[in-house]
Amino acid sequence: MKLELQGVTKRFGTFTANDRIDLSVEPGEIHALLGENGAGKSTLMNTIYGLYSPDEGQILLDDQPVDFTGPGDAVRAGIGMVHQHFMLIPVFSVTESVMLGYEPTKGPGMIDFAEARQRVRDISAQFGFDVDLDAKIEDLPVGAQQRVEIIKALSRNAKILILDEPTAVLTPQETDELIAIMRQLKEAGTSILFITHKLREVRAIADKITVIRRGAVVGEATPESTETELASLMVGREVSLTTEKEPATPEDTSFEVEDLTVLSPTGKVMLDEVSLSMRRGEILCVAGVDGNGQTELTEAILGVQEAASGSIRLDGQDLKGLSVKQRINAGIGFVPEDRSTDGVIAGFSITENFVLDQYDQRPYSNGVAMRHDVMRADAQEQTARFDVRMGTVDDPISTLSGGNQQKVVLAREMSRNIRLFVASQPTRGLDVGSIEFVHRSIIEERDKGTPCLIVSTELDEVINLADRIAVMYRGRIVGIVDGDTDRDVLGLMLAGVPADEAKIQAAQHQTALGEADEIADEEAPA
Amino acid sequence: MSEQSTAPETTAVQAEPLEQAETQLQPIKWKFPITYLVLALMGLGFALLTPAGAETEFRSSTGNEFISIPAVIVPSQASTLMLSIALLLLAGLSLFCAGRRIRLGIWHPLLFGLLFVLTFLIYAGAGRGAVIPMITLLSGTLMLSVPLIFGAMCGLVGERSGIINIAIEGQLLAGAFLAAVAASFFTSAYVGLLAAPFAGAAVGGLLVWFAVKYHVNQIIVGVVLNVLVIGLTSFLYSTVLSENPEVWNARQQLPRIEIPVLSQIPIIGPVMFNQTILVYLMYVIVIALQILLFRSRWGLRIRAVGEHPKAADTVGINVPRTRVINTILAGSIAGLGGAYFTVGQGLAFGQEMSAGQGFIALAAMILGRWNPKGALFAALLFGFSTSVGQTLSTIGTPVPSEILLMLPYVITIFAVAGFVGRVRPPAAEGVPYVK
Repeated sequence: MKLELQGVTKRFGTFTANDRIDLSVEPGEIHALLGENGAGKSTLMNTIYGLYSPDEGQILLDDQPVDFTGPGDAVRAGIGMVHQHFMLIPVFSVTESVMLGYEPTKGPGMIDFAEARQRVRDISAQFGFDVDLDAKIEDLPVGAQQRVEIIKALSRNAKILILDEPTAVLTPQETDELIAIMRQLKEAGTSILFITHKLREVRAIADKITVIRRGAVVGEATPESTETELASLMVGREVSLTTEKEPATPEDTSFEVEDLTVLSPTGKVMLDEVSLSMRRGEILCVAGVDGNGQTELTEAILGVQEAASGSIRLDGQDLKGLSVKQRINAGIGFVPEDRSTDGVIAGFSITENFVLDQYDQRPYSNGVAMRHDVMRADAQEQTARFDVRMGTVDDPISTLSGGNQQKVVLAREMSRNIRLFVASQPTRGLDVGSIEFVHRSIIEERDKGTPCLIVSTELDEVINLADRIAVMYRGRIVGIVDGDTDRDVLGLMLAGVPADEAKIQAAQHQTALGEADEIADEEAPA
Repeated sequence: MSEQSTAPETTAVQAEPLEQAETQLQPIKWKFPITYLVLALMGLGFALLTPAGAETEFRSSTGNEFISIPAVIVPSQASTLMLSIALLLLAGLSLFCAGRRIRLGIWHPLLFGLLFVLTFLIYAGAGRGAVIPMITLLSGTLMLSVPLIFGAMCGLVGERSGIINIAIEGQLLAGAFLAAVAASFFTSAYVGLLAAPFAGAAVGGLLVWFAVKYHVNQIIVGVVLNVLVIGLTSFLYSTVLSENPEVWNARQQLPRIEIPVLSQIPIIGPVMFNQTILVYLMYVIVIALQILLFRSRWGLRIRAVGEHPKAADTVGINVPRTRVINTILAGSIAGLGGAYFTVGQGLAFGQEMSAGQGFIALAAMILGRWNPKGALFAALLFGFSTSVGQTLSTIGTPVPSEILLMLPYVITIFAVAGFVGRVRPPAAEGVPYVK
């Protein structure tokens, strides 16, 4: 089926999320929509899928204009969508999830479970998926959940499949499987529109690339374009994709975690006897697919989560039994995973957010009252140093963009004398410019001699920043390897394969992304 | 990619299954064994307080069954002693198994509960010359549970769709009121029964209107609706109903329908199958909900809406409509339950006659983990503890009946505090769905 968009515009109040978008996806084509975070990709997808209705312009399917009032219409017309955040119900079984909304019934509204299971089995067999029909969604790994989503779309006879950031949560090997599935669907005549901000994937997968920036189409490209070309098209200026950094000059060991175990409130082991040590002046990146214990590790270090056993020592001082506040005052700088809920208080001013963890310390307080003049002056100075684009420091922080909010958080955590810097997903959801800035700030902090523990699920970020990489899988550290370890090796380790074995396996089989890496290396100016 | 120059410290870790580690590391839960131990010691206390030489008589027959079970007379002290030793053994077993991380089956708490209740009954009835009327005790349990069961079903249908319903109390009261008034005006209890669901549905409609259309906090709306219904019914009661009670508030009773054969089964026959149509309706509703919720299209969709409304929306399920329809439907169930207070028991309407039962129903729903079956048993448990209190206070026991009447509320507090284990409400309950 052919999908065509003509001048689609979507506004939210005065903000134009999509501005006269033209796009056309031919039958059996894999079309990539490339754009930065906040460029309006998801809005466009939701418009195609009927979750939003366009303010202007029209959507055509096989040259017939269509008008969707809800996702139900879109599905009936043959559009299937796999959302970035899966639209699956955690407590449902695979069969229940696939049939929801299109239940085969017998008798008065009773579900025909045999028929429903058969449908799932048929599609799985057709595309060689291996899924347990009765497994609960919440017990499945993300890769399998994604396959359930694809089965869901296919079971509704989708002729056009929209994939929203499909690789965000996958390891390179899982991505490889996904690419194979996409090619298979393409062979079967399904058109695929996939959205991403990752340049490497686009070149590995797409037949055609449309780049959007600030809600408008800024150009089309072919997979033959170089990464640098795509990046500058996407961002609108020349960007360097890797951050320049000197080799690390690690000094003595200053931070040690030993046999740290953390249990969830229900008694599940979230972190299983994790040990790592860090030296002054190095960046240790913790790589891992979301939910493999990274969050628990950082939160246990800060003290937000209580450790069931094990020890954490900073400069010889045992942190056990210390409150979060005492740990912060002991010199831990902490950037939480979710900026909007844990990093800033939306209604507070920039100044107030800036002193959030130091408001009762000198010089911001004289023991009884806060000293607003000092706070403001410092906030002004530091936000300027961290290049925060803002009105005044008295504005609510919610008026800033995500990137600028994150810079305020960094300013808060880095303007103190810290002895350990811990950051979880420091660039999640940021635009390329802010990502560059955050990365440079972290490297500067390292060069000042602070050990930096960076948790990231983005392998690109890990490879860019790390001096050493610790890979986590199911609450354990699979291995700690050098910063320049091959992407395919890391990918296998993300799935729990020990480092040595991963190297052997990776040498035997290269993934599409690993290949793209090599090409990129060759293209890179010497 | 260059080969790594400096050899990094490669810590190869065996990626063994996490589940295995879990069983070793999960902290041992001592709260249940300790509770059992305390209760067993209480049992022993009852045994020691039982007067020597006294006897306790149980009567579990009305004389209308196929087989008449003769009254059982047991020596009080000997049997309480034996029972409390059994209780101590069970508590010991629970302690032992907890220490070794062995899971005990459901038979353990059931047996323990049964023996404990028996111990208590034997102690309470020892040497008073009075018999413990088992049939009265059990039919009392069912009677007292009826509004709770209806209320809990209402609560769980609403909450499964994502609407928290604190207004069950108000819905019961409104149902009781309208049933009484309609029955009195048309001088037919059946008309009252037909009218009651509309009162509950109206309250449910108000709740869901505010919750879905205006995204008002559902707990606050629920509380306000309770106050509204109490105020409205009390006002009408003290004005219209009191001025002309013959027309507006005359007593009407649903007749008992004895089901042939079934009603002659020993013990459960007279308790379960000699009831009004309202109670039979309740059986049907509970069984139907249990099946429909997990095996029908309606059930699948309502659960989807309560767990993850956006996911439901993306497959074309109308989230607001699902919530509105089901909350109103749920309200009518509670309204029907309210009819039990008036026409179900042949009583006239009285101010605030639902007396907090709606809140106990809410607790029964939580204790039953949002399942019809679970809620049914939880409601019966509450009904039973009240029934024991009432029965024993009539035969005169050494324990003040007020303490016994406290029991359902004590259980409620433990239930709501999550003592029964991790309760997992529908993920999206109370959260307005905004696109």
